[in-house]
Amino acid sequence: MNPVRKKRLLIILAILAGVGIALALALSALQQNINLFYTPTQIANGEAPQDTRIRAGGLVEQGSVKRSGDSLQTDFVVTDGVKSVTIRYSGILPDLFREGQGIVAMGKLDGDGLLIADEVLAKHDENYMPPEVMQALEQSGMKQQHDAANQGGAQ
Amino acid sequence: MNWTWFHKLGSPKWFYEISGRWVPWLAVAAALLLAIGLVWGLAFAPPDYQQGNSFRIIYIHVPAAFLAQSIYVMLAVAGIVGLVWKMKLADVAVQQAAPIGAWMTVIALLTGAIWGKPTWGAFWVWDARLTSMLILLFLYFGVIALGQAISNRDSAAKACAVLAIVGVVNIPIIKYSVEWWNTLHQPATFSVVEKPAMPFEMWMPLLIMVLAFYCFFGAVLLLRMRLEVLKREERSSWAKAEVRAQVERGV
Repeated sequence: MNPVRKKRLLIILAILAGVGIALALALSALQQNINLFYTPTQIANGEAPQDTRIRAGGLVEQGSVKRSGDSLQTDFVVTDGVKSVTIRYSGILPDLFREGQGIVAMGKLDGDGLLIADEVLAKHDENYMPPEVMQALEQSGMKQQHDAANQGGAQ
Repeated sequence: MNWTWFHKLGSPKWFYEISGRWVPWLAVAAALLLAIGLVWGLAFAPPDYQQGNSFRIIYIHVPAAFLAQSIYVMLAVAGIVGLVWKMKLADVAVQQAAPIGAWMTVIALLTGAIWGKPTWGAFWVWDARLTSMLILLFLYFGVIALGQAISNRDSAAKACAVLAIVGVVNIPIIKYSVEWWNTLHQPATFSVVEKPAMPFEMWMPLLIMVLAFYCFFGAVLLLRMRLEVLKREERSSWAKAEVRAQVERGV
């Protein structure tokens, strides 16, 4: 390569490196603002603000969903495996909502650490499989292993 | 290293001859792969155990998103070639690829929104993946607008190349957004090192669709570039001869 071109290439690469570093610094400074939701551990540690609307995300704990008999109100516990937070929501839950499913709820924390949500979104993982495969997994008792592997991947 | 092939690429006439031979192959491959991938993916692939049939939109969403990012990387590479080697053809490539990339980004965002409603419960959330993809769309708009706004071809080429190169830092952000931050968007199903997190009869049609989209892009890009090269070389004798030959053939 001739020296003029080499110099131009080096200048371009230097500009690219500079922009990349500047952006990396900006993004790492904004780390918290870019996260879509707080994990239950962050909420328990008091990292989530009390008076504003926040999003909390995690897996719906097995056996924790309590539906009210006469209204749409549902209480459930969301966990990240370490800490958990109770969420209260009135409204229609997304189709994918079920125990063990990852969800993101938006709402305000009240004084007792209960999150009063006005929006619940379901989060699905990167695994896809046909229904028959899932049934086979359930029958052979492999589902727990599969879920455990997913949970590890989701954190 | 032997650079002659690379410098040859800078010759519009040589490019016009070579690309004419590639276009039919790419077009046939794209049509075949699209037909196979669409029928297999939309009709024969099994439904997902959680999402049912709505997951089938993956067969459009993922190839479009792949291509949207790949085309931007291509813009940046062409931008570097244009700035360093002063190759005119690189600018043709940038100008002609940018609208295709913008459309692919639009398709990825739209199919994502349509997919998001039944699965997540929302068309749009401001999570890192979706937001960085929207920024990619604005970067494409920027490249297209710059190219149109500056009337001097050389200045426009330079400005577009710089924007394309600087904007490429957004690509790793899109790619790793789902790993660096908490997002609603799920992490990647495919990776180079691991086997895909879906069974063969689901990922094979997806792979075919991805290849089909790449062939489609190759064919459309070459067609657009050939037309643009003819326009820019209208005063040269080979371009005049080519246009005359095409008119006589009644094309």
